[in-house]
Amino acid sequence: MLARIGLPQPFLSLVLFIVWQLLSDGISGGSIVMGLILAWVLPQVTRGFWPERPAIVKGWLVPLYILRVLLDIVVASLSVARLVLSTRKPRPAFISYPISLEHPLAITMLASTISLTPGTVSTDVSDDQRILLIHALDVDDEQDIIDTIRRRYEKPLQEIFQ
Amino acid sequence: MNPVVEYLIAGLLLTGGAFTLIGAIGLARMPDFYTRLHAPTKATTVGVGAIIIASVAYASSQGAGIDTAEVLITVFLFMTAPVSANIMAKSAMHLDVKRMPETRGKPWDQ
Repeated sequence: MLARIGLPQPFLSLVLFIVWQLLSDGISGGSIVMGLILAWVLPQVTRGFWPERPAIVKGWLVPLYILRVLLDIVVASLSVARLVLSTRKPRPAFISYPISLEHPLAITMLASTISLTPGTVSTDVSDDQRILLIHALDVDDEQDIIDTIRRRYEKPLQEIFQ
Repeated sequence: MNPVVEYLIAGLLLTGGAFTLIGAIGLARMPDFYTRLHAPTKATTVGVGAIIIASVAYASSQGAGIDTAEVLITVFLFMTAPVSANIMAKSAMHLDVKRMPETRGKPWDQ
């Protein structure tokens, strides 16, 4: 029913509306009208980019995941900062990471997490969405990085997107 | 202002500034494009993150409440930084830019 009145993604519309209220200087009649228009128009304009509806099953695990990523960003930043300031040369490597996630949004989140944590940038996803190519700044052991990503990020994401 | 809050804000600003500086140094010092890419992603995440937290803390200590727009800036930054890093890395791969000779493994072509 919601799709017929122009809300193909009710959740996205809700998020857009709330974000607009937060962005505007206090909630007023104008911001509510504008928020409603944006919440109605933007999901329709971007409809082509969402081939399927996102399926977050266990949403309550998301804050936990974000907290873990934030913590890792701080820890990993320190090690990269140390590398930048030392005279040692970095030991970069391209790593092929086998993805076991299915959902495109889950893969996007994994790739973004890898890029956000300093020291690794995801470069490309293979056409069949099975392999993620990662460039790592300073590698001792490729397998070690693969295991860490699997344990810390992919497993929790797998639980969130079932 | 409460001295504890003052020290906290000063500490956050110094941390943010230090990380932004280190990011810039890394950008200048790293040997090839791919390794250079790592430095600015760090500067945005930790550097800008710390500075914005300091700004939010200052505003709320002045009794202005938490400025939601500032928190949203952080969220947007964290959402866009990986995308731009990814696009740059991908185009570098297609252009086949020079890698430092010690790089292990290599990008695929497809």
